Amino acid sequence: MSIIKVENLSKDFGSISAVKNVSFEVEEGTIFGFLGPNGAGKTTTINILCTLLSPTSGKAFISGHNCKDEPSSVRKSIGVVFQDTTLDKDLTAYENLLFHAYLYNVKRSDRKARIHDALHFLDLYDRKNDLVKTFSGGMKRRLEVARGLIHKPRVLFLDEPTLGLDPQSRAHLWEFIVKLPEMHNVTIFMTTHYMEEAEVCNKIAIIDNGEIITRGTPTELKKTVGGDVIYIKTSDNMKAGPEIEKLFNITVNDKNGELYLTVPKGDALIPEIIRTIGEKVLSVRLQRPTLNDVFLKITGKQIREENVSSNDTMKNAVRSYRKKFDRN
Amino acid sequence: MQCGHTGRNLIETNAVYVIVAREFKKFIREKSRLISTLARPLIWLFLVGGGMSKLVSFGSGISYMQFIFPGILGMTILFSSIFSSISIIWDKEFGLMKEILVAPVSRFSIVIGKALSGMVISVLQTIIILMLFPFLGMELSILSILSIIGIASLLAFCISALGIIVATFFESFESFGAIINFIVMPMFFLSGAMYPVDKLPSILKVITRINPLTYGVDAFKHAIFSDSSIHDFSLLTDLTFLVISSIIAVAVASFLFERKG
Repeated sequence: MSIIKVENLSKDFGSISAVKNVSFEVEEGTIFGFLGPNGAGKTTTINILCTLLSPTSGKAFISGHNCKDEPSSVRKSIGVVFQDTTLDKDLTAYENLLFHAYLYNVKRSDRKARIHDALHFLDLYDRKNDLVKTFSGGMKRRLEVARGLIHKPRVLFLDEPTLGLDPQSRAHLWEFIVKLPEMHNVTIFMTTHYMEEAEVCNKIAIIDNGEIITRGTPTELKKTVGGDVIYIKTSDNMKAGPEIEKLFNITVNDKNGELYLTVPKGDALIPEIIRTIGEKVLSVRLQRPTLNDVFLKITGKQIREENVSSNDTMKNAVRSYRKKFDRN
Repeated sequence: MQCGHTGRNLIETNAVYVIVAREFKKFIREKSRLISTLARPLIWLFLVGGGMSKLVSFGSGISYMQFIFPGILGMTILFSSIFSSISIIWDKEFGLMKEILVAPVSRFSIVIGKALSGMVISVLQTIIILMLFPFLGMELSILSILSIIGIASLLAFCISALGIIVATFFESFESFGAIINFIVMPMFFLSGAMYPVDKLPSILKVITRINPLTYGVDAFKHAIFSDSSIHDFSLLTDLTFLVISSIIAVAVASFLFERKG
């Protein structure tokens, strides 16, 4: 069953189209990844789903409720962890969660237990009476995830949950996120521009310039790139290259003194190669395709931050436009 | 759906309660804020009022310092209510407002919660200033103290609600200075707090007539002085104006909040 349904969704900010005719569905109980470079339209889509923005055209539903017309029902069934922290730094961790519990009208008898469970689950129980301003970036993000779970939402939105965290905190946070669907009976909708993090998702949609350019499971998407790449160093590349080409009927290229070939199943081919030209092989390595390669193949550009400066400009344009005119 | 029936109620009491409780807790925690907000009325009362007492005298045996005492109570409320409400700008900039806006809480409840927060904090400060009356050579009955607290609550609610309207128009705290210079200070001086309003030129008099602080200060004068020549309006007029402007301010603030977030 689809818990999130988006139909032909568009959002314009003045003359800029941040989201263009986007449609997708998210199965209940899964982790759905919305991937793309900065400024691709991820946050705008989340804000529409969270009822903070209304779409220019198209529709979005969360567990059957229209995000535009029934904001109250939608708000009850979602939890949100925004890209920028929305904690009150002058309150303790416990107080922040208590604030949330009251705001969502959690029953008095359940409040304490739910807060304690969430703090335990995200490994923050020992710090519950500390002011949030003493927390590290990773702890704040974990606390926000804990807060998002207090009212038992059916969908939890995570907008760039690991942005700005060090690798260790990122790994730590992921440990918790992947357990959420099963342990808390919640569907995860997350955005990220770190492609490698999206590997944990059940389904992925890749968005660029406001349009979904491809979608599928991580494995399906990576298959579209054309398979694994085997890199071989030999004692005599000039001879070994044509030899492999003839034996296996594939194109072999030479780059920086290394032969490389693209095949569907690299792990199965390596033993064959060793068996036939084994005496010449110095080293072999196998590179599996990443989601980055998927993005690269479709758009012809890298997703990494250094290559998205034009998108950043767009992001800023959208933000300043929203500040000025459209708070709806 | 474990989360109850919030959608059906006009005011979500839990949400209103927790918005007020948060402000209150933060207020209690920040001692420096309490001291700095109390410093302003004390400086005006003793340094300005004390100095001017030597120059200005009222025939009716009221010293200038006593004359401005109702205005100083009004000032305490004006500043702390406005500060409390424009903390919304702070919340917008540092994110907590988003947490409130995605919650299943009506915008009306958020406005009521914020206005009550301003009211609670202002009234607490007003009570502290009010307790200085013996040092000014004044005598107040329990009844007039209670009525001052009642008027203070009404005035503080009204000004907090107006502050919320102001806050919806600003996105960042950089505008803070403009709010103080172009809204708060004129409201203070054109309220009869420092001098009787009937001495003002007629253009400025119009402004005093639409300024809720004028009516609040006037109501304080009713509660503090028995001499009737010192009031500009009847107590009934004062209270009616404050009630009506509170209702209008809450309605406008809720409308703006709904539209702008």
